[in-house]
Amino acid sequence: MPEPTIVHPDGMGYIPHAAGFVANEGPKLVSGRFPYEDSYTLECALATGAYTGLRAALGRTPADVHTEVRDATLLGRGGAGFPAGVKWGFCPEDVWPRYLVVNGDESEPGTYKDRLLMERDPHQLIEGCLIACYALGLSQCFLYVRGEMALAQERLAVALNDAYEAGYVGRNICDTDFSVDITLHWGAGAYIVGEETALIESLEGNRGMPRLKPPYFPAAIGLYGRPTIVNNVETLANLPWILEHGAIAYRGYGSEASPGTRLFAVSGHVVRPGVYEVEQGVTTYRDLIYGPNFCRGIREGNELKAFIPGGASAPWFFEEQLDLSLEARDIGAAGSMLGSGAIVVMDHTTDVVKACLRIVRFFARESCGKCSPCREGTSWEEKILERILDGHGRPSDLDLLLDIGDNISPGPYPVAAHGAAGLDAVPFPPLQTTICPLGPSSVAPITSALRRFRSEFEARITRHEGIPVRSAPVVDGDPA
Amino acid sequence: MNDVGQSVEITVDGRTVLANPGELLIDACERTGTYIPRFCHHPRMRPVGMCRSCLVEVDTGRGPALQASCMLECSPGMQVDTESERTRKAQAGVLEFLLVNHPLDCPVCDKGGECPLQDQTMAFGPGESRFVEEKRHFEKPIPVNDNVFLDRERCILCDRCTRFADEVAGDALIHFQGRGSDTEVNTFPDEPFSSYFSGNTVQVCPVGALTAAPYRFKARPWDLEEVESTSVVDSVGSRIAVQSSRDCVLRFQGVDADAVNWGWLCDKERFIFEAYDHEDRLGTPLLRGDDGDLAPTGWGEALAAAAAALTDVDPDRIAVLGGARLTNESQYAWTKFAKGVLGTDHVDAQLGDGLPADFVLGLPRATIDEACTPGGIIVLLGPDPKEELGSLYLRLRHAVVHDGATLIELTPRATGLTPFADHSLRVRPGEAVDVVRAMFGEGGTAPIGGVTVEEAQAVGAIVSGAAVGQNRPVTVLLGRQSLAEAPGTVVDAALVLHDWIADVRFLSMLRRGNVHGALDLGLAPGLLPGRVGLDEGRPRFAAAWPTTPATKGRDALESLRAAADGEVDVLVLLGADVLTDVPDHDLARRGLEGAGTVIALDLFATPTVAAADVVLPATAPTETDGTVTNLEGRVSIVARKVTPPGTARPDWMIAVELARRLGADLGISSPDDVWAELSVVSPIHAHIDPEALAVQAREGILVSGGPALVRPAPLEVPSHDKNSYRLVVTRSMYDCGVLTAHSRSLAGLAPVTRLAFEPTDFAALGVAEGGRIEVRGPRGNIDVVVGPDSRVTKGTAHLLFNQRGVSAGDLIEATAAVIDLTVVPV
Amino acid sequence: MSFFTEANARTAAEVIARYPRPRSAVIPLLHLAQEQEGWVTRDAMVEIAELTGATPAEVLGTGSFYEMFRFHPVGRYVVNVCTNISCQLLGGEELLHHVEESLEVHAGGTTADGMFTVEEVECVAACTEAPCFTVNYRYFHRADPDTFDAVVDDLRAGRSPLARGAQGDDGNLPAHGTLGRLRQHIPDDRRAGVVPPEQADQEPVWLRTAPSTTSAADA
Repeated sequence: MPEPTIVHPDGMGYIPHAAGFVANEGPKLVSGRFPYEDSYTLECALATGAYTGLRAALGRTPADVHTEVRDATLLGRGGAGFPAGVKWGFCPEDVWPRYLVVNGDESEPGTYKDRLLMERDPHQLIEGCLIACYALGLSQCFLYVRGEMALAQERLAVALNDAYEAGYVGRNICDTDFSVDITLHWGAGAYIVGEETALIESLEGNRGMPRLKPPYFPAAIGLYGRPTIVNNVETLANLPWILEHGAIAYRGYGSEASPGTRLFAVSGHVVRPGVYEVEQGVTTYRDLIYGPNFCRGIREGNELKAFIPGGASAPWFFEEQLDLSLEARDIGAAGSMLGSGAIVVMDHTTDVVKACLRIVRFFARESCGKCSPCREGTSWEEKILERILDGHGRPSDLDLLLDIGDNISPGPYPVAAHGAAGLDAVPFPPLQTTICPLGPSSVAPITSALRRFRSEFEARITRHEGIPVRSAPVVDGDPA
Repeated sequence: MNDVGQSVEITVDGRTVLANPGELLIDACERTGTYIPRFCHHPRMRPVGMCRSCLVEVDTGRGPALQASCMLECSPGMQVDTESERTRKAQAGVLEFLLVNHPLDCPVCDKGGECPLQDQTMAFGPGESRFVEEKRHFEKPIPVNDNVFLDRERCILCDRCTRFADEVAGDALIHFQGRGSDTEVNTFPDEPFSSYFSGNTVQVCPVGALTAAPYRFKARPWDLEEVESTSVVDSVGSRIAVQSSRDCVLRFQGVDADAVNWGWLCDKERFIFEAYDHEDRLGTPLLRGDDGDLAPTGWGEALAAAAAALTDVDPDRIAVLGGARLTNESQYAWTKFAKGVLGTDHVDAQLGDGLPADFVLGLPRATIDEACTPGGIIVLLGPDPKEELGSLYLRLRHAVVHDGATLIELTPRATGLTPFADHSLRVRPGEAVDVVRAMFGEGGTAPIGGVTVEEAQAVGAIVSGAAVGQNRPVTVLLGRQSLAEAPGTVVDAALVLHDWIADVRFLSMLRRGNVHGALDLGLAPGLLPGRVGLDEGRPRFAAAWPTTPATKGRDALESLRAAADGEVDVLVLLGADVLTDVPDHDLARRGLEGAGTVIALDLFATPTVAAADVVLPATAPTETDGTVTNLEGRVSIVARKVTPPGTARPDWMIAVELARRLGADLGISSPDDVWAELSVVSPIHAHIDPEALAVQAREGILVSGGPALVRPAPLEVPSHDKNSYRLVVTRSMYDCGVLTAHSRSLAGLAPVTRLAFEPTDFAALGVAEGGRIEVRGPRGNIDVVVGPDSRVTKGTAHLLFNQRGVSAGDLIEATAAVIDLTVVPV
Repeated sequence: MSFFTEANARTAAEVIARYPRPRSAVIPLLHLAQEQEGWVTRDAMVEIAELTGATPAEVLGTGSFYEMFRFHPVGRYVVNVCTNISCQLLGGEELLHHVEESLEVHAGGTTADGMFTVEEVECVAACTEAPCFTVNYRYFHRADPDTFDAVVDDLRAGRSPLARGAQGDDGNLPAHGTLGRLRQHIPDDRRAGVVPPEQADQEPVWLRTAPSTTSAADA
């Protein structure tokens, strides 16, 4: 293995050419190539062991490879956390062709791990795609890359061209009968397209509006109506290591229920925000936010006010939840979600009403418009919060917000425990009157912020400045 | 899953409900008395589960969960609660959401009073909306085409109109644009929603977003009276609802007849009522005076003049043409009068633009449902259904695109179905029989026009392997492919198909409103009512009719020739505009001029009427009680809803009056009397009477049976000369026909025609698009505007019939098998 | 009537050939059209409709769903400032205000000289490096007003500002519409073969024959 070309001042710290990635101590199952300045080239990739996993797979039967992945308990890295090996088993027998669609449409606020993987190590991703196609008989792979990620598209295009030429993609890969084409496809800017059925719609040339499940589970009826596996970039990026080292070795990292490592991004009011490769399950939020190996605490010595544990859809956590480990099951029971590993930390200077509006506005703007509760409900929520921030809020607005939320996601809505107030957690996931989870996601910041910081909302409403003229006369100096 | 055919037992609100196999929960509930609110759901379109109004709590074993009932197939043991608190809250919530951006337009909105949003909000919605913010705004309304307006503020984005345009009509010209709460429905800029079926979107829109220009602001639904009737615009016989206010028809709506049109109408069927209402409608009889002009007169004088003209005339010198517009009862009355009283058999409802009546009646027939059998095979040996039989086109398209039917086209030009046909063979005029023979291995190895023997045999393999042992019925859609070809070309090809394909059936594509009623009721030479020949039927009519013709008479073209030769003393025209509609205009002119007295019954003063001697005003379908027969042979009711203009009379009544003045009693004093008589003289109609028709009003009653198949002598067709272009003349949905021209909403839609060539043929002409050339045909030279058209077959040239631009009827010669044109060099 | 240049028409054909159904190429072709013209014109959509078997209404319907497609001319450089939660917490809104003030244009607008269009956008995927902005989708991390001013200076002077993004992206910053400056090409002799799904309805060969010997060239 050649020496890394980037030397850190203190052994850890930023890698300037993969800005944002922090080479913390710990196993590097997917970010092993990042310390090399030219990590994205075929030359560097081959010199550091790329396509070894593929060759290992090609020496086994496809069914064997599938079993290995299932045994590794590789959990999906896209947000839903569904075990990839199990999802792989959902394709109906004897229905061909089958397709692989790689979900590189990462748009979740708070993380860009997939962008890093695509820009910094495209060959690892390509290798992962090949392994998946080999295992399941997938005849073509579509690498759907978010439209705004221009550099990732470039690097993937070059990597694909080089890989084709070198015989790793296309006809008779590595001189075997395994043949598959990988098509690089660009998105064009829509968060909702990250939902797997919306991704498939987009890939078919349509508006990215999710399909109803049932019946349109992609493994049964997917791209062009054929069985389709949709996997996240990071999920596939794990496959080379798993095939090279084996499921048992993989399960040596992380916890029993959540083996392996994940890329967690921590942003917001911490000393050292960054993307870290972290062992799941055995690390806690406290480790991540305060640990010297990771974010080193809240900036400027400030207090933690709240943190979002798993992306914009996640109900907020607080001091009480810091010791939860990064285990999907535990976090779900505690009222939130692990999601795609996007953690946003808010210190005591944060205006939570504004933060709440910002996240709601995100969902309102990204709503696809297909179903009524989300299309109308999210923009209604946004308008009420805007009005509150503008000083024109009404006392009834707060319960109205919660009721709108209840009509999008029939309650009680998942929320973290508030011990001091004697309130229990409501476990995840929320129910939906909608077709997909986007609408219900807009309720998370509202419920979280209102349960914990209601007074901050009320303060804005009891301020009378700016409220339109009332017809009732003022009596004794008090407004009627 | 349960066996096909077994009911599925579910529980709804504590009651047991038996659902049909595969039935959607929302439909099963509605059918058994539980209405679940809905907007995006439409029984004739794919379910999308978008509006979320139909959420109900469903428990399939894992506890109750809110689910969209429009997307759920009933499964055994399903427990449904449509009244639980959670269901009610969800429904009220969705309605409140839908009203968030919906403008308070009710006072000025057409839909008010028949609005599902109003009705369902009253029944399932919250009492008040809590939305106090600014609603989103769009410019309102905007025209999406000449007849349909779109108000995007009212739109609740249910996707019905866009789904209809794409999935049902195949005209994806309106589409969602934008995203989220700013989503709107719109067209591509400067490309209107030019679809023959656009009016259906107005009908399916569950709010007042889409409105029809002919109806906008005209009435409130509670002012309207309604009666179900049948469209007579074409021979599909779509079921319609005729709605009127203060004795004026304001609107036609499509009615869902499962066997026929599924609730859809083409825009011509939908808006034609404007013509019936036009001020130019004939309201009084006209008589040509000594000064040579037509002048209004009373019925007494007019009938006296007509009767005088018919008195003591040799039946052989009387001809009766037209009648495809009439109701069945009027047709019977006129057949009885012409053949049974006057004794002439020179009677023909078709105007040389159809197929031989006896041949059509002798073919084994299919219904529309049979033709559209899922997985079945359809062979198009006829005109373009999208242009001539709009509602049939929608049924066919559904069968091919959604139900796996295989479509094979043997047509001289691409049609509206070509984009999704499995095999579309371009067959030049006169060559259909050769192509069909090649399908079954007869004939040589040389290609026939542009069709290779391999292609033909591939198609032959499909229709041969089909019906036998695979349960895939083959239906041939049979009609006049081109008015510039003699009918024999199609007849010969049809006979080959008949002989080679086991169990093949035919669906007639003769297009005029009640032409099939005319054939069934004897308005054709050699036939008597009941689909029988003269000799075979004669005994039945011995008692009922004073006489029956001895020998088969002339068809329309022969009658016109005879008239041109001075052999016709009285020419009766039953709603027949021969100058416009007979493909050979020259023959029509000479025939009309040569005839002695011309008696015309019609709705308008057509060019032909203007040349008649006695003009008798007739009633329109909305002013007449009776029945019509569609191309399946399905009899359905036409209902009178409004008063005719002036003193216009039903056609049967005119026949009765004329007969009376000639000393004969037709025995008909109402349309019902006709059925009483038919039950005696026509066995195929015996199962139909007014009570039965009233019971089966929506689906109608099929008439089956017919004479033995006749085999006309094969047509001799000159072989194709590569220096000439074989003329193809077809119709388009909108033309200069009298009804379309008097329908405000449709008149402007008729295209201008030019002589069209296949693109490489056109390039060889060396003329610019829109330029002029001179062509020579059998009638001499004519100067025409030309252009390329990729739908046209190489070696042919195409014109539309009865349009501005080029008069196709001036190029056609009725005696010719095909019309070959040569380009006159400059 | 043809919108695409000859070279782009060839690229378009190549792109369409990479999909089992031509309709899937609508979005890539809209990008190609935007690359050619800087924005998506009416003629572009008409031609894309013809190439992919859609109607122009369907092409516009698809295109208008996605933020990246512009249906009116925009500046040569589109500046996207993220104000989503991570960036908001670290000054994204203040950065946006600076951008608006220094260019004298509100978010959504284009400068009078046609050089810059400013947009307020959702998460651009650089959250730990907040606040950040992109110019024609090239990243500038940990940006403050000075960074922005320096980038604008560079662009006005015809210099490439990419080094200021500090993430290994180099070369020139292309005009709006160009995303990846290099494209995928599948050489004919290496192509496995893209076919419509109807023609690929058999089990793939290697499921039966695997494992087969791999090349002797493995390391």
